[in-house]
Amino acid sequence: MGEFVQLIVSGTATGSIYALAALGFTLLWQASGTINFAQGEFVMLPAFAMLFFVSFIGAPLWLAFLLTCVVAMLVLGYGFKRGIVDPLIRHGVIPLVIATLGLAIGLKSIVKAGYSAEAHPFPSPFPAGQFVLGGINVSYADIGTLLLAGLIVISLQAFLNKTVTGRAMQACAQNTDAARVLGIDVPRMVLYVFLINAVLAVVAALLVTPTYLAKFDMGESIGLKAFFAAIIGGFNQTRGALLGGVLIGILENLVGFYVSPAYKEGVALMLFMLVILFRPEGLLGKIEERKV
Amino acid sequence: MKQHPRLAAAIFAFAFTVPALAQQKPIPIVGLMELSGTGATAGTNFDNGVKLAVKEINAAGGILGRKIEYTSMDTQSNPGVAKALAQKAVDQSAYVVMGPVFSGSIIVSMAETKRAEIPNFTGGEAAGITQQGNPYVFRTSFTQSTAMPKVAKYIKDAVKANSVAIVWVNNDFGKGGRDMMAKALDAQGVKVVADIPTDPGQVDFSGAVLKAKQSGADALFVYTNEEESARALRELKKQGYDKPIIGETTLTGQKVIELAGDAANGAVAHVGLTVDAPQPTIKAFDQKFQGEYKYKSDHNGMKGYSGMYVVKAITEKIGKTDSKAFAVAMKGAKISTKDHPGVLLDVTFDQNGDLDRESFLVKVENGKQVVTSTLPPAAAK
Repeated sequence: MGEFVQLIVSGTATGSIYALAALGFTLLWQASGTINFAQGEFVMLPAFAMLFFVSFIGAPLWLAFLLTCVVAMLVLGYGFKRGIVDPLIRHGVIPLVIATLGLAIGLKSIVKAGYSAEAHPFPSPFPAGQFVLGGINVSYADIGTLLLAGLIVISLQAFLNKTVTGRAMQACAQNTDAARVLGIDVPRMVLYVFLINAVLAVVAALLVTPTYLAKFDMGESIGLKAFFAAIIGGFNQTRGALLGGVLIGILENLVGFYVSPAYKEGVALMLFMLVILFRPEGLLGKIEERKV
Repeated sequence: MKQHPRLAAAIFAFAFTVPALAQQKPIPIVGLMELSGTGATAGTNFDNGVKLAVKEINAAGGILGRKIEYTSMDTQSNPGVAKALAQKAVDQSAYVVMGPVFSGSIIVSMAETKRAEIPNFTGGEAAGITQQGNPYVFRTSFTQSTAMPKVAKYIKDAVKANSVAIVWVNNDFGKGGRDMMAKALDAQGVKVVADIPTDPGQVDFSGAVLKAKQSGADALFVYTNEEESARALRELKKQGYDKPIIGETTLTGQKVIELAGDAANGAVAHVGLTVDAPQPTIKAFDQKFQGEYKYKSDHNGMKGYSGMYVVKAITEKIGKTDSKAFAVAMKGAKISTKDHPGVLLDVTFDQNGDLDRESFLVKVENGKQVVTSTLPPAAAK
C-alpha cells in the first residue's frame, strides 16, 4: 500500500508539470484559437536560458528563473504572438499548426547548434532526500514540485476568476465580439494570455529539467504529453488540463511500476485515444457548437 | 624515325609521378557516430577522441606518409540510420570505419562493412558483437564477458554482498550486460533478488529505484547508458538509497558525474579506461583532450583516441593501406605503449576482435573519479 501511495504522490508531481504545459495549450486555444505545437520547445528554451544565466552570469537559480521569465515573456510571449500568430491566424488554424511545427524544429536545431546534442545538468530548486509522512516516504522534490505547481495553478485560477483583468480575459475567450462591445481591449487581453503561457513554460522548465536534464529534444515528450493532457481533460477547460496532466502522470507511474516501463510512454496515447473515441470533448470539457 | 628525347623523358617522368601522387592521397576513414539522440554523449566523446588522434597523426606526417581524411556522420543513435550510413561509408571507399558506439547500432551496421571487407572499430560492449564470426569487427573496449566477472568478484569479495538488485537498460548493450552479470554473480554465489529493466532514454527512474529499495538487496548494480545512469543516480539520491551502488564503465563516466552532480558521489564502477588513471600516457591524453575541447574526456573519448592509434600501428605494421591485410594483422595483434603511446595502455587483440588490457576500479569522490585499484589484463591471471 505504501508503495502505491508513493507512486501516486510522485506521479501527481510529474503530472502537475505536464499540467502546467497543458494549461498553456488550453489558454492559448481559448483566447486566440491558437494551437501551439512548439509548446514542448517553449519549455526547453527557458531551461537553456536559465542554464545560461546560471553558468555564464553566475546568477543563483531564483534570479535566473526571474530573468528567464522576463526574457520568455518578451520572446515566447510577445515575440511569438507578433511574429508568428498575428500574421498567420487570419488564415486559419492549419497554417499556424504547420508554422508552430516548423518553429519547434527550428528551435531544436538552434539549441542543438549552440549547446550541442548532449544533455546538460540542471540544478534542482529543491533539496535531495526524503522524509516520512504517515509511514510513506516522500521526496522533497516531489512535494516541492506539487506545491509550486499547485500554487501557480491556484494563483492563475484566482487571477482569472477574481480580478477584473482575469474576468475580461475569460470574456474574450468566451465571446470575442461581445467582449469588444463591452469595451474590453481584446488584443491586450490576448497578449496577456501569451505572456502567461510563457511564464507557465518557464515554471514547467524549472520543475522538469532537473529530472529530464537540459537537452535540445527534451521538449518533444513534454509537448506531446501536454497536448494529450489538454485533450483528455478538455481543450476548452483550464481545469481539464490540470486533470489530464495529473491523470497521465499517475497512470504512467503505476503502469511503469506494476506492468512494465516499456508501456509507460504509451499510457498518454492510450488514454487520449479512449477519450477521443468515447468523450471527444474531454473529461471536463464542454461541447462547442460552431456556425459554419 | 626521328627521336624525341625530351618527350620520352616527360612521359617517363609522368609514368613515375602519377603513382607517387596517388600515394599521397589522404586515407579515407569514416566515423559512424551517435551525435544526436540517446547516445549523443557517448558518440560525441568517441568522435572527439578520434578527431584528436587524427589531428595529432596528421601533424606528425600521417600514416605511411599519407594524411588521414576523417569524416564523421550522425547515426542519430538509430540502428537503421547507422546501417544506411555504413553503406555510405562503403561507397566512399573507407579504409577503416570507426563506430558506431552503441551495441544495438553496430550489430546492425557491421553487416555492411563486413560485406565490403572494411575493418570496423566499435565502442559497443555487448558480448554478441564479436561472437558472430565477423572477421572485420574490432573493439575499442572490453567485452561484457571480460568485464562482468571482475565486477561480480568485487561485489562478492569487497562489498561482501550476498544479494544484488540489477537495474539495466533494455537494449542490446543492457540486455547483454545483464545476462553476463547474472551469470557472473551466479558463479560467485551472489543472488539476484530484483531484475529491473528500464527503457532506453527513460526519464523517470522513481519506479525502478522503488523496486530496488523494496528488494532489500545488499547492493545495487546499475547498467544503463550515460544519461540514464545520471538520472538513475539522481533518483537514487532523491529517494535516499543507502546501499552500495556499483556499475560497469558508464556509471562513473565523466559526463555521468557532470549530469548527476552530488548524486554520483559514492558510486563505484569497473572501467576499462579512465582519464584519472595514473599511467603517463593517459595523463598526457587527458591534458591534450582538455586543451582541445575544454572538458574532461570520458572513456568513450579514450576509446576513439586509442582506436585511431591502433589503426595507425597496424597500418604501419603491414606497410600498406590494405583493408583485408589490416583485418588479418589485427588477429592476435599486440601493441605496446612503448612503440605507440597513443594506444594509452598495452593492448592485445584475440581472434574474435576482442581486446585485453589493464582495467581499473574507480569510486566517485567529491565529483571526481578516484582510481582505487588497477586490475591486470584477464589473460595475465
